[in-house]
Amino acid sequence: MPYDEKSISDFEATLKSHARQLVESLEQGRFGEAVEMIHRLNQARDYGLYVEVGKLTRELHNAIVKLDLDARYKHGEPSQMADANDRLSYVVEMTEKAANRTMDLVEECMPLADYVSQEAQSLATDWKRFMQREMNADQFRDLTRRIDQFLSRSLDSGEQLSGHLRGILLAQDFQDLTGQVIKRVTQLITEVEVNLLQLVVMAGKVDRFAGIQHDHEQMRTERQMSDKKVPSRGEGPQIHADKRDDVVTGQDDVDDLLSSLGF
Amino acid sequence: MKILIVDDFSTMRRIIKNLLRDLGFTNTAEADDGTTALPMLQSGSFDFLVTDWNMPSMSGIDLLRAVRADERLKQIPVLMVTAEAKRDQIIEAAQAGVNGYVVKPFTAQVLKEKIDKIFERVNG
Repeated sequence: MPYDEKSISDFEATLKSHARQLVESLEQGRFGEAVEMIHRLNQARDYGLYVEVGKLTRELHNAIVKLDLDARYKHGEPSQMADANDRLSYVVEMTEKAANRTMDLVEECMPLADYVSQEAQSLATDWKRFMQREMNADQFRDLTRRIDQFLSRSLDSGEQLSGHLRGILLAQDFQDLTGQVIKRVTQLITEVEVNLLQLVVMAGKVDRFAGIQHDHEQMRTERQMSDKKVPSRGEGPQIHADKRDDVVTGQDDVDDLLSSLGF
Repeated sequence: MKILIVDDFSTMRRIIKNLLRDLGFTNTAEADDGTTALPMLQSGSFDFLVTDWNMPSMSGIDLLRAVRADERLKQIPVLMVTAEAKRDQIIEAAQAGVNGYVVKPFTAQVLKEKIDKIFERVNG
Protein backbone atom coordinates (compact mmCIF):
# COMPACT_ATOMS: atom_id res chain seq x y z
CA MET A 1 0.00 0.00 0.00
CA PRO A 2 1.36 3.49 -0.89
CA TYR A 3 0.23 5.11 2.35
CA ASP A 4 2.23 2.57 4.32
CA GLU A 5 3.98 2.93 7.62
CA LYS A 6 7.20 4.06 5.86
CA SER A 7 5.82 7.36 4.64
CA ILE A 8 4.42 8.07 8.06
CA SER A 9 7.72 7.25 9.79
CA ASP A 10 9.64 9.34 7.20
CA PHE A 11 7.32 12.20 7.93
CA GLU A 12 7.71 11.76 11.65
CA ALA A 13 11.51 11.50 11.33
CA THR A 14 11.62 14.80 9.38
CA LEU A 15 9.47 16.43 12.04
CA LYS A 16 11.81 15.18 14.77
CA SER A 17 15.04 16.32 13.12
CA HIS A 18 13.61 19.76 12.26
CA ALA A 19 12.26 20.11 15.78
CA ARG A 20 15.65 19.24 17.25
CA GLN A 21 17.34 21.83 15.03
CA LEU A 22 14.69 24.36 16.03
CA VAL A 23 15.36 23.83 19.75
CA GLU A 24 19.11 24.01 19.10
CA SER A 25 18.80 27.31 17.17
CA LEU A 26 16.62 28.81 19.89
CA GLU A 27 18.98 27.74 22.67
CA GLN A 28 21.93 29.25 20.82
CA GLY A 29 20.01 32.46 20.08
CA ARG A 30 19.98 32.00 16.28
CA PHE A 31 16.44 33.26 15.83
CA GLY A 32 16.63 33.73 12.06
CA GLU A 33 17.50 30.08 11.70
CA ALA A 34 14.76 29.14 14.17
CA VAL A 35 12.12 30.90 12.07
CA GLU A 36 13.49 29.12 9.01
CA MET A 37 13.09 25.78 10.86
CA ILE A 38 9.52 26.59 11.79
CA HIS A 39 8.89 27.34 8.13
CA ARG A 40 10.44 24.00 7.11
CA LEU A 41 8.39 22.17 9.72
CA ASN A 42 5.27 23.69 8.25
CA GLN A 43 6.39 22.77 4.76
CA ALA A 44 7.11 19.17 5.75
CA ARG A 45 3.71 18.88 7.37
CA ASP A 46 1.91 20.47 4.43
CA TYR A 47 3.79 18.42 1.88
CA GLY A 48 3.23 15.17 3.76
CA LEU A 49 -0.38 16.01 4.18
CA TYR A 50 -0.94 16.85 0.49
CA VAL A 51 0.85 13.78 -0.76
CA GLU A 52 -0.80 11.43 1.68
CA VAL A 53 -4.25 12.90 1.29
CA GLY A 54 -3.79 12.53 -2.47
CA LYS A 55 -2.82 8.88 -2.07
CA LEU A 56 -5.60 8.24 0.40
CA THR A 57 -8.18 9.83 -1.88
CA ARG A 58 -7.14 7.42 -4.62
CA GLU A 59 -7.26 4.48 -2.22
CA LEU A 60 -10.60 5.62 -0.90
CA HIS A 61 -11.97 5.80 -4.41
CA ASN A 62 -10.71 2.28 -5.16
CA ALA A 63 -12.14 0.95 -1.93
CA ILE A 64 -15.55 2.46 -2.67
CA VAL A 65 -15.51 1.01 -6.17
CA LYS A 66 -14.61 -2.34 -4.62
CA LEU A 67 -17.50 -2.04 -2.19
CA ASP A 68 -19.79 -1.84 -5.21
CA LEU A 69 -22.40 -0.01 -3.20
CA ASP A 70 -24.10 1.53 -6.23
CA ALA A 71 -27.63 0.17 -6.25
CA ARG A 72 -28.15 0.87 -9.96
CA TYR A 73 -27.56 -1.41 -12.88
CA LYS A 74 -24.33 -0.71 -14.80
CA HIS A 75 -23.81 -1.92 -18.36
CA GLY A 76 -26.78 -4.24 -17.94
CA GLU A 77 -25.07 -5.95 -14.98
CA PRO A 78 -26.47 -5.47 -11.50
CA SER A 79 -24.04 -4.18 -8.86
CA GLN A 80 -23.45 -6.48 -5.90
CA MET A 81 -25.85 -4.48 -3.76
CA ALA A 82 -28.59 -4.43 -6.40
CA ASP A 83 -28.00 -8.15 -6.84
CA ALA A 84 -28.31 -8.78 -3.09
CA ASN A 85 -31.54 -6.78 -3.07
CA ASP A 86 -32.92 -8.84 -5.92
CA ARG A 87 -31.90 -12.04 -4.19
CA LEU A 88 -33.60 -11.13 -0.95
CA SER A 89 -36.77 -10.10 -2.80
CA TYR A 90 -36.64 -13.52 -4.42
CA VAL A 91 -36.51 -15.12 -0.95
CA VAL A 92 -39.58 -13.15 0.16
CA GLU A 93 -41.39 -14.13 -3.02
CA MET A 94 -40.46 -17.83 -2.75
CA THR A 95 -41.41 -18.15 0.91
CA GLU A 96 -44.71 -16.38 0.30
CA LYS A 97 -45.49 -18.65 -2.64
CA ALA A 98 -44.66 -21.76 -0.60
CA ALA A 99 -46.80 -20.58 2.32
CA ASN A 100 -49.75 -19.91 0.03
CA ARG A 101 -49.36 -23.20 -1.84
CA THR A 102 -49.25 -25.07 1.48
CA MET A 103 -52.32 -23.26 2.79
CA ASP A 104 -54.22 -23.89 -0.48
CA LEU A 105 -53.58 -27.62 -0.12
CA VAL A 106 -54.42 -27.67 3.58
CA GLU A 107 -57.69 -25.87 2.89
CA GLU A 108 -58.52 -28.49 0.25
CA CYS A 109 -57.63 -31.32 2.65
CA MET A 110 -59.81 -30.09 5.50
CA PRO A 111 -63.28 -30.83 4.04
CA LEU A 112 -62.04 -34.25 2.85
CA ALA A 113 -60.80 -35.19 6.31
CA ASP A 114 -63.93 -33.71 7.89
CA TYR A 115 -66.17 -35.82 5.63
CA VAL A 116 -64.32 -39.04 6.45
CA SER A 117 -64.39 -38.53 10.21
CA GLN A 118 -67.97 -37.22 10.39
CA GLU A 119 -69.44 -39.89 8.14
CA ALA A 120 -67.45 -42.64 9.89
CA GLN A 121 -68.83 -41.40 13.21
CA SER A 122 -72.41 -41.46 11.93
CA LEU A 123 -71.99 -44.91 10.32
CA ALA A 124 -70.40 -46.28 13.51
CA THR A 125 -73.52 -45.27 15.47
CA ASP A 126 -75.83 -46.99 13.00
CA TRP A 127 -73.54 -50.02 12.73
CA LYS A 128 -73.74 -50.44 16.48
CA ARG A 129 -77.55 -50.41 16.23
CA PHE A 130 -77.34 -53.14 13.56
CA MET A 131 -75.02 -55.27 15.70
CA GLN A 132 -77.44 -54.97 18.58
CA ARG A 133 -80.22 -56.06 16.19
CA GLU A 134 -82.07 -52.78 16.60
CA MET A 135 -82.50 -52.28 12.88
CA ASN A 136 -85.28 -53.32 10.49
CA ALA A 137 -84.75 -54.49 6.91
CA ASP A 138 -85.40 -51.07 5.33
CA GLN A 139 -82.99 -49.31 7.69
CA PHE A 140 -80.37 -51.97 6.99
CA ARG A 141 -80.75 -51.51 3.21
CA ASP A 142 -80.25 -47.77 3.74
CA LEU A 143 -77.18 -48.46 5.90
CA THR A 144 -75.56 -50.74 3.29
CA ARG A 145 -76.17 -48.07 0.63
CA ARG A 146 -74.49 -45.46 2.83
CA ILE A 147 -71.56 -47.76 3.64
CA ASP A 148 -71.11 -48.39 -0.08
CA GLN A 149 -71.10 -44.67 -0.77
CA PHE A 150 -68.76 -44.00 2.15
CA LEU A 151 -66.26 -46.59 0.96
CA SER A 152 -66.08 -45.20 -2.55
CA ARG A 153 -65.83 -41.58 -1.39
CA SER A 154 -63.23 -42.50 1.24
CA LEU A 155 -61.17 -44.14 -1.48
CA ASP A 156 -61.24 -40.94 -3.54
CA SER A 157 -60.63 -38.72 -0.49
CA GLY A 158 -57.70 -40.89 0.60
CA GLU A 159 -56.07 -40.55 -2.80
CA GLN A 160 -56.67 -36.81 -2.86
CA LEU A 161 -55.32 -36.46 0.68
CA SER A 162 -52.09 -38.28 -0.12
CA GLY A 163 -51.74 -36.21 -3.30
CA HIS A 164 -52.15 -32.99 -1.33
CA LEU A 165 -49.73 -34.14 1.36
CA ARG A 166 -47.13 -34.83 -1.32
CA GLY A 167 -47.82 -31.34 -2.66
CA ILE A 168 -47.24 -29.86 0.80
CA LEU A 169 -43.97 -31.79 1.03
CA LEU A 170 -42.83 -30.47 -2.35
CA ALA A 171 -43.80 -26.91 -1.43
CA GLN A 172 -41.00 -27.02 1.17
CA ASP A 173 -38.35 -27.11 -1.58
CA PHE A 174 -38.04 -23.33 -1.21
CA GLN A 175 -35.88 -23.92 1.87
CA ASP A 176 -33.01 -25.26 -0.24
CA LEU A 177 -33.17 -22.38 -2.75
CA THR A 178 -33.70 -19.57 -0.25
CA GLY A 179 -31.01 -21.08 1.99
CA GLN A 180 -28.46 -20.86 -0.85
CA VAL A 181 -29.49 -17.31 -1.70
CA ILE A 182 -29.29 -16.12 1.90
CA LYS A 183 -25.86 -17.71 2.30
CA ARG A 184 -24.58 -15.73 -0.69
CA VAL A 185 -25.97 -12.49 0.68
CA THR A 186 -24.36 -13.24 4.05
CA GLN A 187 -21.05 -13.74 2.23
CA LEU A 188 -21.43 -10.39 0.51
CA ILE A 189 -22.12 -8.66 3.83
CA THR A 190 -18.93 -10.18 5.26
CA GLU A 191 -16.93 -8.86 2.27
CA VAL A 192 -18.46 -5.41 2.63
CA GLU A 193 -17.58 -5.46 6.32
CA VAL A 194 -13.92 -6.23 5.55
CA ASN A 195 -13.77 -3.41 2.99
CA LEU A 196 -15.41 -0.95 5.36
CA LEU A 197 -12.88 -1.89 8.01
CA GLN A 198 -10.11 -0.94 5.56
CA LEU A 199 -11.77 2.44 5.09
CA VAL A 200 -11.74 2.94 8.84
CA VAL A 201 -8.01 2.12 8.95
CA MET A 202 -7.38 4.64 6.13
CA ALA A 203 -9.39 7.32 7.88
CA GLY A 204 -7.25 6.67 10.97
CA LYS A 205 -4.09 7.37 8.94
CA VAL A 206 -5.50 10.67 7.63
CA ASP A 207 -6.29 11.65 11.19
CA ARG A 208 -2.69 10.92 12.22
CA PHE A 209 -1.20 13.10 9.46
CA ALA A 210 -3.59 15.95 10.02
CA GLY A 211 -3.32 15.65 13.80
CA ILE A 212 -7.09 15.41 14.18
CA GLN A 213 -8.38 14.27 17.58
CA HIS A 214 -11.90 12.90 17.89
CA ASP A 215 -14.04 13.21 20.96
CA HIS A 216 -14.65 9.48 21.39
CA GLU A 217 -16.66 9.99 24.54
CA GLN A 218 -19.11 12.26 22.75
CA MET A 219 -19.31 9.95 19.73
CA ARG A 220 -20.16 7.05 22.03
CA THR A 221 -22.88 9.05 23.77
CA GLU A 222 -24.36 10.11 20.44
CA ARG A 223 -24.44 6.50 19.27
CA GLN A 224 -26.11 5.37 22.47
CA MET A 225 -28.74 8.07 22.05
CA SER A 226 -29.56 7.01 18.51
CA ASP A 227 -29.59 3.33 19.57
CA LYS A 228 -32.40 4.03 21.98
CA LYS A 229 -35.12 3.35 19.51
CA VAL A 230 -38.66 4.56 19.97
CA PRO A 231 -40.49 1.45 21.21
CA SER A 232 -43.57 2.07 19.07
CA ARG A 233 -41.41 1.70 15.98
CA GLY A 234 -41.17 -2.05 16.39
CA GLU A 235 -38.08 -4.23 16.01
CA GLY A 236 -39.41 -7.38 14.43
CA PRO A 237 -38.57 -10.90 15.58
CA GLN A 238 -35.84 -11.26 18.22
CA ILE A 239 -33.08 -13.55 17.02
CA HIS A 240 -31.27 -13.90 20.36
CA ALA A 241 -34.20 -13.60 22.77
CA ASP A 242 -32.57 -16.03 25.24
CA LYS A 243 -29.49 -13.80 25.56
CA ARG A 244 -31.31 -10.56 26.31
CA ASP A 245 -32.92 -9.48 29.54
CA ASP A 246 -35.26 -6.90 28.05
CA VAL A 247 -36.97 -9.40 25.77
CA VAL A 248 -39.46 -12.16 26.53
CA THR A 249 -38.57 -15.68 25.41
CA GLY A 250 -42.07 -16.92 24.72
CA GLN A 251 -45.78 -16.74 25.40
CA ASP A 252 -45.34 -17.91 29.02
CA ASP A 253 -43.08 -14.91 29.68
CA VAL A 254 -45.66 -12.58 28.12
CA ASP A 255 -48.41 -14.06 30.28
CA ASP A 256 -46.29 -13.74 33.42
CA LEU A 257 -45.47 -10.12 32.62
CA LEU A 258 -49.08 -9.23 31.89
CA SER A 259 -50.34 -10.94 35.03
CA SER A 260 -47.75 -9.02 37.06
CA LEU A 261 -49.35 -5.89 35.60
CA GLY A 262 -52.74 -7.06 36.83
CA PHE A 263 -54.04 -8.63 33.62
CA MET B 1 -69.29 -11.78 15.69
CA LYS B 2 -67.39 -9.75 13.11
CA ILE B 3 -63.58 -9.74 13.38
CA LEU B 4 -61.02 -7.52 11.65
CA ILE B 5 -57.58 -9.03 11.06
CA VAL B 6 -54.76 -6.50 10.51
CA ASP B 7 -51.33 -7.68 9.36
CA ASP B 8 -49.07 -6.50 6.53
CA PHE B 9 -48.27 -10.09 5.48
CA SER B 10 -51.07 -11.78 3.58
CA THR B 11 -49.91 -15.25 4.63
CA MET B 12 -50.16 -14.32 8.31
CA ARG B 13 -53.67 -12.89 7.76
CA ARG B 14 -54.61 -16.11 6.07
CA ILE B 15 -53.25 -18.25 8.92
CA ILE B 16 -55.14 -16.22 11.53
CA LYS B 17 -58.30 -16.28 9.39
CA ASN B 18 -58.07 -20.09 9.15
CA LEU B 19 -57.49 -20.51 12.88
CA LEU B 20 -60.41 -18.21 13.66
CA ARG B 21 -62.64 -20.21 11.32
CA ASP B 22 -61.68 -23.40 13.17
CA LEU B 23 -62.73 -21.66 16.38
CA GLY B 24 -66.11 -20.92 14.82
CA PHE B 25 -65.55 -17.29 13.79
CA THR B 26 -66.42 -17.20 10.12
CA ASN B 27 -67.22 -13.49 9.71
CA THR B 28 -63.81 -11.91 9.22
CA ALA B 29 -62.36 -9.05 7.19
CA GLU B 30 -58.73 -8.15 6.51
CA ALA B 31 -56.61 -4.98 6.39
CA ASP B 32 -52.88 -4.72 5.65
CA ASP B 33 -52.09 -1.67 7.78
CA GLY B 34 -53.43 0.62 10.51
CA THR B 35 -54.32 3.34 8.02
CA THR B 36 -56.61 1.03 6.05
CA ALA B 37 -57.92 -0.69 9.18
CA LEU B 38 -59.12 2.43 11.00
CA PRO B 39 -61.70 3.57 8.39
CA MET B 40 -62.94 -0.03 8.15
CA LEU B 41 -63.44 -0.12 11.90
CA GLN B 42 -65.19 3.25 11.85
CA SER B 43 -67.62 2.30 9.12
CA GLY B 44 -68.17 -1.43 9.66
CA SER B 45 -69.58 -2.68 13.01
CA PHE B 46 -66.64 -4.89 14.09
CA ASP B 47 -66.81 -6.73 17.41
CA PHE B 48 -63.18 -7.72 17.71
CA LEU B 49 -59.79 -6.59 16.41
CA VAL B 50 -56.73 -8.77 15.89
CA THR B 51 -53.67 -6.72 14.93
CA ASP B 52 -49.96 -7.05 14.26
CA TRP B 53 -47.60 -4.40 15.70
CA ASN B 54 -44.97 -3.71 13.05
CA MET B 55 -46.65 -2.43 9.88
CA PRO B 56 -45.47 0.07 7.25
CA SER B 57 -47.37 3.31 7.74
CA MET B 58 -49.52 2.98 10.87
CA SER B 59 -48.35 0.48 13.47
CA GLY B 60 -50.60 -1.74 15.53
CA ILE B 61 -49.86 0.19 18.72
CA ASP B 62 -50.92 3.44 17.05
CA LEU B 63 -54.04 1.72 15.74
CA LEU B 64 -54.80 0.51 19.28
CA ARG B 65 -54.39 4.05 20.61
CA ALA B 66 -56.62 5.44 17.84
CA VAL B 67 -59.29 2.85 18.66
CA ARG B 68 -59.16 3.63 22.37
CA ALA B 69 -59.38 7.37 21.62
CA ASP B 70 -62.48 6.96 19.43
CA GLU B 71 -65.74 7.20 21.42
CA ARG B 72 -67.56 4.71 19.21
CA LEU B 73 -64.70 2.20 18.97
CA LYS B 74 -63.09 2.27 22.39
CA GLN B 75 -65.04 -0.73 23.70
CA ILE B 76 -63.77 -3.12 21.00
CA PRO B 77 -61.54 -5.85 22.45
CA VAL B 78 -58.09 -5.82 20.82
CA LEU B 79 -55.77 -8.80 20.59
CA MET B 80 -52.22 -8.09 19.52
CA VAL B 81 -50.49 -10.88 17.59
CA THR B 82 -46.91 -9.80 16.94
CA ALA B 83 -43.24 -10.70 16.78
CA GLU B 84 -42.43 -7.70 19.02
CA ALA B 85 -41.08 -9.27 22.19
CA LYS B 86 -39.49 -6.49 24.23
CA ARG B 87 -40.81 -6.18 27.76
CA ASP B 88 -41.14 -2.42 27.32
CA GLN B 89 -43.35 -2.96 24.30
CA ILE B 90 -45.65 -5.39 26.08
CA ILE B 91 -45.98 -2.94 28.95
CA GLU B 92 -46.63 -0.13 26.44
CA ALA B 93 -49.39 -2.18 24.79
CA ALA B 94 -50.93 -2.99 28.18
CA GLN B 95 -50.92 0.69 29.10
CA ALA B 96 -52.50 1.57 25.75
CA GLY B 97 -55.38 -0.78 26.64
CA VAL B 98 -54.69 -4.02 24.80
CA ASN B 99 -56.88 -6.98 25.87
CA GLY B 100 -54.45 -9.75 24.97
CA TYR B 101 -50.91 -10.16 23.66
CA VAL B 102 -49.69 -13.13 21.64
CA VAL B 103 -46.06 -13.37 20.48
CA LYS B 104 -45.20 -14.94 17.13
CA PRO B 105 -44.54 -17.73 16.45
CA PHE B 106 -47.72 -18.90 18.18
CA THR B 107 -49.87 -22.02 18.27
CA ALA B 108 -53.59 -22.47 17.55
CA GLN B 109 -54.00 -23.41 21.23
CA VAL B 110 -52.52 -20.12 22.47
CA LEU B 111 -54.69 -18.07 20.11
CA LYS B 112 -57.81 -19.92 21.29
CA GLU B 113 -56.88 -19.49 24.96
CA LYS B 114 -56.38 -15.73 24.61
CA ILE B 115 -59.57 -15.20 22.62
CA ASP B 116 -61.59 -17.28 25.10
CA LYS B 117 -60.10 -15.31 27.98
CA ILE B 118 -60.93 -11.98 26.37
CA PHE B 119 -64.58 -12.94 25.76
CA GLU B 120 -64.87 -14.39 29.23
CA ARG B 121 -63.83 -11.04 30.64
CA VAL B 122 -65.89 -8.96 28.20
CA ASN B 123 -69.04 -10.99 28.81
CA GLY B 124 -68.40 -11.54 32.51
